[in-house]
Amino acid sequence: MSLKQNLHNLKEKYKGTKMAPAFNAIHTFLYMPNEVTHGGTHIKAADDLKRTMNIVIISLLPCLLFGMFNAGYQHYAAIDPSLRDNVLANFFAFDNLWIGIIKVLPLVIVSYGVGLGVEFIFAIIKGHEVEEGYLVTGMLVPLIVPVDTPLWMLAVAVVFGVVIGKEVFGGTGMNILNPALTIRAFLFFAYPTWMSGDKVWVYDAVNRAGTADAISGETILGSYAQNQEVIYSNWDKFMGFIPGSVGETSTFLILLGAAFLIFTKIGSWRIIVSTFLGAAAMGMIFNQVVAADIITSSSKFYGLMSTAWWEHLMIGGLAFGAVFMATDPVTASQTNKGKWIYGFLIGFISIMIRVFNPAYPEGVFLAILLMNVFAPTIDHYVVQANVKNRLKRAKVKTA
Amino acid sequence: MSKDIRIKKGLDIKLVGVAEKTTTQSSLSSVYAIKPEDFHGITPKLIAREGAKVKAGEALFHSKSDDRILFPSPVSGTITEVIRGERRKVLTVKIDADTHQDYKDFGIKDASKMTGEEVKNHLFASGCWPFVKQRPYDVVANPNQAPKAIFISAYASAPLAADLDYTLAGKEVELQAAITAISKLTSGKVHVSVGSKSNSPFEKISGIELHKVSGPHPSGNVGTQIATIDPINKGQVVWVIAPQDLVIIGELLLTGKFNATRIVALTGSKFAKPQYVAAIIGASVAHFTKDNLGTDNTRIISGNVLSGIKIKETGFLRYYDNQITAIPEGNDYEFFGWNKPVFDKVSTTRAFTFSWLNPNKKYDLTTNTNGEHRAFVVTGSYEAVFPLDIYPMQLLKAFMYKDLDEMEALGGYEVAPEDFALTEFICVSKQPHQKIIREGLDLMRQELG
Repeated sequence: MSLKQNLHNLKEKYKGTKMAPAFNAIHTFLYMPNEVTHGGTHIKAADDLKRTMNIVIISLLPCLLFGMFNAGYQHYAAIDPSLRDNVLANFFAFDNLWIGIIKVLPLVIVSYGVGLGVEFIFAIIKGHEVEEGYLVTGMLVPLIVPVDTPLWMLAVAVVFGVVIGKEVFGGTGMNILNPALTIRAFLFFAYPTWMSGDKVWVYDAVNRAGTADAISGETILGSYAQNQEVIYSNWDKFMGFIPGSVGETSTFLILLGAAFLIFTKIGSWRIIVSTFLGAAAMGMIFNQVVAADIITSSSKFYGLMSTAWWEHLMIGGLAFGAVFMATDPVTASQTNKGKWIYGFLIGFISIMIRVFNPAYPEGVFLAILLMNVFAPTIDHYVVQANVKNRLKRAKVKTA
Repeated sequence: MSKDIRIKKGLDIKLVGVAEKTTTQSSLSSVYAIKPEDFHGITPKLIAREGAKVKAGEALFHSKSDDRILFPSPVSGTITEVIRGERRKVLTVKIDADTHQDYKDFGIKDASKMTGEEVKNHLFASGCWPFVKQRPYDVVANPNQAPKAIFISAYASAPLAADLDYTLAGKEVELQAAITAISKLTSGKVHVSVGSKSNSPFEKISGIELHKVSGPHPSGNVGTQIATIDPINKGQVVWVIAPQDLVIIGELLLTGKFNATRIVALTGSKFAKPQYVAAIIGASVAHFTKDNLGTDNTRIISGNVLSGIKIKETGFLRYYDNQITAIPEGNDYEFFGWNKPVFDKVSTTRAFTFSWLNPNKKYDLTTNTNGEHRAFVVTGSYEAVFPLDIYPMQLLKAFMYKDLDEMEALGGYEVAPEDFALTEFICVSKQPHQKIIREGLDLMRQELG
């Protein structure tokens, strides 16, 4: 008997039992089900949620791969800064990738293992199918944490994020906050020393702190926030040869992912474009404030306010947030008009938080979480405009 | 003044099995069946009992809520069986057709000399009233509520739909008689929509407001046309009649006979020779598709693939349909079906689905759902195929949580289930949109009247 037939027989056997969701999750991973339409349309388009999620994962893979190389590169470059003189020659080295394999892959494995474990447990308890939402969340999470994040911490945060961020609301499609950012926020507030400073962004920097071999790597935002010089060129910033969370450094690859998402019509171009527009607008306002001498170099805000608006777009997590986080369809605005407002405000508020938050100069995840909360409100007013038009039409007709 | 309708949002689903423009006459089938469930929202009360002889046009049952609304037998013959379901609900009335057809005589009428009330009574008496449907709610029209306009879509954009220019050709006289009569039923206009490049018999009809329609499906849906021409507001009613039914009304006026024959398109890849056939409402599908239909693992649909109803091999042509579609069932597993590139299915995305490369290719789609039912996740995709000025997902959700105020405010009066067929087709979460809309409309009708 073929595998297909065997699995089909097992599916029939498990039908109606507690184990059915767990078995079906694995079965439907291998085979698209033999389900046919009944009632409604007799034919269906080719896309399902698995395919949709898969596209997002594929768009993230270049960032992951780059992040693995970058983990090693930042480590060795912190030990021997001369490596930075010839980035291209020194970046794609196996030694760098090896650090990625021993540091970044475990993050991915823990994220998926723990997250999917929680999903399976909830599916079995609640008797629904295992939903695909975590496939993307599980890939996002390792990309937005510092490389040295302890695995146990990540595991705790993932459990919190999946349970409180998603399952308590009823699972994929019902949540208010982006689960990946909920996980990031949990880590940030529960373990702040592991999420900021000049040690966590470079592998082994924490371990070596206080020893003769101490290394460090401040993020660009961290440097600007402290009004320090930044040693990286714009090329480095754009291509991502800089310290930062695992997968968010390369604006180039993020834009490549964005192009793929927009081309496949999976990601909302409205949100991506408007987030960048909002960030650029806030950046320009700050630039004007500096240009008008309202803020001088003595101010603690000077470093980030004077950063050129276009530079803001490629440093920190803004690009990553705009392309992969803000576009989460469940937590974003759901109307096309609302998406413009939602995205613009995310960009706008991100840069504002970035400049004014002294302790942690990155505002993207907070801005997105904030707008997640306001997305239904935005939609409400957009939809009300439609409702008002309808009422107006009725009045004109009857008058 | 006629107003052209150009629809941009939508999707033409091109399928294998377009009916070739030849019509065969089917011989009289031995059994005909009328199913009260075709008349949504009507509770039938039987008039004719098992064993009774009926003529074509003689009433089988009437509506429980309004006994003027009669439902006629399409043929003359003997009622052999009344199949009942739970709580004695009438499911099917079966009639054994006589070899020689005998028509009940309703008298020849000159429509131009009739008043609105006379037209109405004539339609009641002859059993033609059920051809008049109403929006909101997409049910048989309530004769007590005056419509602000009457809409007729003579342009079919649904997948493989019967070409109405072809099926109506040569019926100008009947159509004119019917139009003259039904225009008495409204103080407003009679809007007729035809394809922009069509050669419709309606071009020559007077007493109508002609609209030329272009753009992808659902441009041919009467709901789309109503929304563009004269949208329904709260408290208003419009009536809708299908052009093939106008022919029957026209013939009734001209000859006094209820002749329920219509040209039916046999479409879909499971037909050896997709073509047109003249058949009577309620005819046994097996009879008029004989030697043409491959029945092995086949989904037979009375209507089109988007809004039609699944029928059995032994099923019957439904009351309002002028199309039978037969496509393969998709009851098989597909290895890694969710992530491998797809060339043989239709999609509005480019998520390794390649139907965008070849927009004119005809597809042989199966009934597979291509994925499992999920909560709503993806946003913005429905809007691309939904031309009405309504937020489709928000309306669907309001219909699901049954908030009557919101259902009303978001446009519930303006929609019919078929308007949500395309959003259902492309739905990544495989939600049953048309069912949600139908149930919501039933609730609105019950609560808001």
